[in-house]
Amino acid sequence: MKIKIFLFIIILFFIFCFFIFYKGLNNSNIYKPNVEIKKDIPIFIAKDFYLENEVNSEKIFVDSNFYILNIWASWCVPCRKEHSILMELNRNQSIKLIGLNYRDNLNNAKNFISELGNPYSQILIDDDGTIAIEFGAYGVPETFIIDKDKKIIKKFVGPLNNKLLQEIKSFLK
Amino acid sequence: MKITKIFLIIFVIINFSQSQADEKSEELKNKILKNVRCLICQGQSVYDSESNFASSIKLVVKKKVDDGQSEKQIYKFLKEKYGQWILYEPELTKNSYVLWLLPILLFLFGGAIIYKNLVIKKK
Repeated sequence: MKIKIFLFIIILFFIFCFFIFYKGLNNSNIYKPNVEIKKDIPIFIAKDFYLENEVNSEKIFVDSNFYILNIWASWCVPCRKEHSILMELNRNQSIKLIGLNYRDNLNNAKNFISELGNPYSQILIDDDGTIAIEFGAYGVPETFIIDKDKKIIKKFVGPLNNKLLQEIKSFLK
Repeated sequence: MKITKIFLIIFVIINFSQSQADEKSEELKNKILKNVRCLICQGQSVYDSESNFASSIKLVVKKKVDDGQSEKQIYKFLKEKYGQWILYEPELTKNSYVLWLLPILLFLFGGAIIYKNLVIKKK
């Protein structure tokens, strides 16, 4: 009788382990960043792209209902692709589009903007990538939608496309 | 001459304690970086990686260590920004309690069997 109970417990234990590992195997091991976040934006000081003076973030994120922070670099090929989408977003008066130039050569970045147009109200320089880290970014391109309370309401990892443009527009309504 | 000697000794002591403090913060920085996953690399820690993401994280961690922040505070910051996945060592949460408790349970279970067998054999 004792042996039977013992065997039953062992079998039960193995079934339990099997389900745990089976469930674990079904989980994707590809990391998916959390994009539905409502977090405060960090406070930082960055250099202005054109004036090269230091600007406090608290003076940038004012007087608009929505802000879009786009992290870009001239060496980033997908950034070139999404630029037309940013140009279209720029037409929307209710948003302030801010660019964060990530780990870039300033001359190359200026050439990039003069070649493709400037969709941004203001561009900031992040030459060592630390501001992007404060935002929780992985690399370029990445776009954050920020509301008037200075909270990140949505984050897009990777280049924007027409479908995401519609999604952003629905946010801004 | 004596004054020069005293100054020299003070200078050496200050330099020594400074270098020891630097060493400690460097050790702490490396310890943290080895426990932080490079999210855009394949199976590498931030410490091992030379990617843009890793080098930016290194700078941020270095700054925070230099500012006197503790290991826990830095992990908390990274977790807030990137989630639990960024740390190699998982914390005890409702999703990971099986992972933490299973080895202890197995150990106790095995120990109980061995103990029982030994007691029976002795009797």
